[in-house]
Amino acid sequence: MTAAPEALARPGRLRAAQQFLADNPVIVLVGVLAVLFIVTDIVNRRDIGEPFITWNQLSTTLLVAAPLGMIAAGQTLVMLTGGIDLSVALTATAAAFATSWQGGNGEVQGVAAGLAVGLGIGLVNGIGVGIFRVNPLIMTLGTSSVTFGLLSIYAGKPFEKIVPEIVSTLGSDRFFDYLPANLLLWVAVAAILILGLRYTGYGRMLYAVGDNPVAARLAGVRLWQVRVVVYALCGVFSALGGLLLVGFTANPDLGLATPYLLQSVAAVVIGGTSIFGGWGGYSGTIVGVLILTVLGSLLTLLDAEEWQRQVIYGSIIIVLTAIYARVSGTD
Amino acid sequence: MEGAVFRPLRVSCNGMSKQTAALLEARGVAKHYGPVAALRAADLSVAPGEIHALLGANGAGKSTLVKCLSGVIRPDTGTISFGGRAVRARSPMHAARLGLAPVFQDPALVPDLSVTQNLRLTGMPLGRVRAELAAMELSVNFNEQVGDLALPVLRMLDLARALARDPQLLILDEITAALPSDLAERVFAVMRERREKGRSVLFITHRLAEVIAICDRATILRDGRDVGTMVPREGGEARIVEIMLGPEAARAEARAAELSEDDVAVAPDARERPDAVAADAVLELDGLRAGNVQELSLRIAAGEVVGVAALEGQGQDELFEVLAGERKPESGEVRLRGKPFRARHPYDAIRKGVVLVPPDRLLALLPQRSVRENVAAPHYSTPLRWGPINMRDEGRRVRHAVDALQIDMRAARQVRRLSGGNQQKVTIARWLASGFTTLLCNDPTRGVDVGTKRQVYTLLRELAADGAAILFFSSELAEFPLVCDRVLTVYGGRVTAELPGPAADEASLLQAMHGLDLEEAVA
Repeated sequence: MTAAPEALARPGRLRAAQQFLADNPVIVLVGVLAVLFIVTDIVNRRDIGEPFITWNQLSTTLLVAAPLGMIAAGQTLVMLTGGIDLSVALTATAAAFATSWQGGNGEVQGVAAGLAVGLGIGLVNGIGVGIFRVNPLIMTLGTSSVTFGLLSIYAGKPFEKIVPEIVSTLGSDRFFDYLPANLLLWVAVAAILILGLRYTGYGRMLYAVGDNPVAARLAGVRLWQVRVVVYALCGVFSALGGLLLVGFTANPDLGLATPYLLQSVAAVVIGGTSIFGGWGGYSGTIVGVLILTVLGSLLTLLDAEEWQRQVIYGSIIIVLTAIYARVSGTD
Repeated sequence: MEGAVFRPLRVSCNGMSKQTAALLEARGVAKHYGPVAALRAADLSVAPGEIHALLGANGAGKSTLVKCLSGVIRPDTGTISFGGRAVRARSPMHAARLGLAPVFQDPALVPDLSVTQNLRLTGMPLGRVRAELAAMELSVNFNEQVGDLALPVLRMLDLARALARDPQLLILDEITAALPSDLAERVFAVMRERREKGRSVLFITHRLAEVIAICDRATILRDGRDVGTMVPREGGEARIVEIMLGPEAARAEARAAELSEDDVAVAPDARERPDAVAADAVLELDGLRAGNVQELSLRIAAGEVVGVAALEGQGQDELFEVLAGERKPESGEVRLRGKPFRARHPYDAIRKGVVLVPPDRLLALLPQRSVRENVAAPHYSTPLRWGPINMRDEGRRVRHAVDALQIDMRAARQVRRLSGGNQQKVTIARWLASGFTTLLCNDPTRGVDVGTKRQVYTLLRELAADGAAILFFSSELAEFPLVCDRVLTVYGGRVTAELPGPAADEASLLQAMHGLDLEEAVA
């Protein structure tokens, strides 16, 4: 009997470095982000004659990124459990409509209406996936379609759209010239998520359910409870994203959050969260969101058309998923 | 591996000469799955017109050998000749063309298709299958969906399908295990007919009485090697069991020494209080029925390790499932500390202090998470504990469990990078951290090294000494006397015998596990 050395102890510094990076994809991602910034800067200087890396541009990048950061936060949680939420974009749009519909009745009521719509759609998703065991793809695609149908009736009717003051402040203002207001919300959400995933019982259960549902069940976890809550949370985060968006544009329309569905999934995948669940976290997603946002700016500079963006985002998801599967796959 | 240089004694039980050229001749067939040897080096020779039994305890390699023969898997080494020609079946289809027809434990039929459609899938002439069924006096509605047919009927259908090819060699892998006795009789009749026609049958079973009644010869496997070929009628059941066990005295001693050595606390004090604990039964089962469990009754007292010894599929899995909240009992009563016990979800069982170490550690681990998270997981199963974690408290609980089991923490960041033994320890450690009153161990040492096994035995004895009630199943019989205060043997879903722990040697256990009368066998 040889005392089996742990599989980790494979020799070679290269191997160790590879393992380290596979365990900490955020380090690689920050590098990618830096490179993107520099490339964008070079292109910007060439085409417009101005640098891209300025306080003003950094501030704008964060301002534009925050709504995606919110929506991708919910997506991260859901994907950690091995699920997916395809209704995030329409949930955000619906929340934006609800807020501007109730905005006339007071700020609190406006915000509450938006968040309540998000919570409601999330709960429906959670009950479908967690209790009735509908496949998450089907369930969230279904609620997404229902939401779109109901919204389009509603969007056709003329009504007074009043975006609550606090929402437009949060969505578009900057403090001290450079500090986007929505960054404050984003930082708070990020802190809660990063700490919460690591230091709360619910965080542990999210990972457990995503990593091995059978084992989680044998440990006494009632899976439906974890799932109902995670989809509800995702609904609320999507709604927050929707509020930031409508605060920015000041005018809700049916296509408000449409691009954010694919981007939210892309941000989570770029951030290193496993599509199969059980591994990853929000810090990676934040970098993923920033990468997508800077990439968006770069594509705008290059006059890329919408179809080209779609092709690029889609390709990124596929290629990265393949790479992560290779790097972190079973030994 | 310690067995690598050990050449088993070849037991020649009789003067049977193998003059006739064998129909099937397998030599040195071996199959490894990673580091695990499923089959080390097995020889098997089946003569034409012979009913040949393939015997062995769980994990001896019977099924692996059969799969190698029938082309389901490829052996690593070894030669197989059939009808005098060297062959290597590339697929089950290929094996069938050669004249080998296996009938496996699980019927190989698509449940959503009708019988007719299933038979067409394999290009089987319906008329011949129908004729074979008629010959067995069975009628099956060929338009019915396979999923709607009862399991015994499916087995018979599978058999008829194999017979329709009129194979040189029919391989029956535990076909009688799920059959009522009247259908089993028909299978025996078929086997005898095959023999009269000059065809051969390779018959795998756990029921030794069947072997004695109809088999001409038997080859016995142990630990992936063939350890003897004999004529069952001449040796009798006791002889078969003896060969299954090996050169008994020497082996049992060696095994016991290897497993217990110096540091296993055999806790003699705990064993020498037979009646003192009888008063406070923690867990009581009365006439439990669930799946293969038929009228099973047992009681476990605080401070007691009760072993359950059984062959595969005798109901032990269902027993554990019921107690762990994974399965609903059909009838019977379960009481915990005198109160009715009903668990509809593992959560219910765990909350009442009844916890499970499942047979397959992949069922219990979160492979991508750390040792700490794995060990602490049950603590947070209830939403009441979903809030902030008291990290210091958690650290203490986890450290206590990790120390008790001496888990190697060098690769603790992800449990999947741990060795098998360490992984197994994690599955036990989580219950030490969360606390319990009744520990259900379903084969807790499967596939782990000897050192870890010893630690597990010591731990179980210590837990019992601290007042835990422990139900223990193992596929390795040598473990029972080391760990258990009492051992119950289960056969056909019923308790067939109860042995005091120290007296539960392999021979007695095997007798009782095969449904043989213990007294009779000893006499």
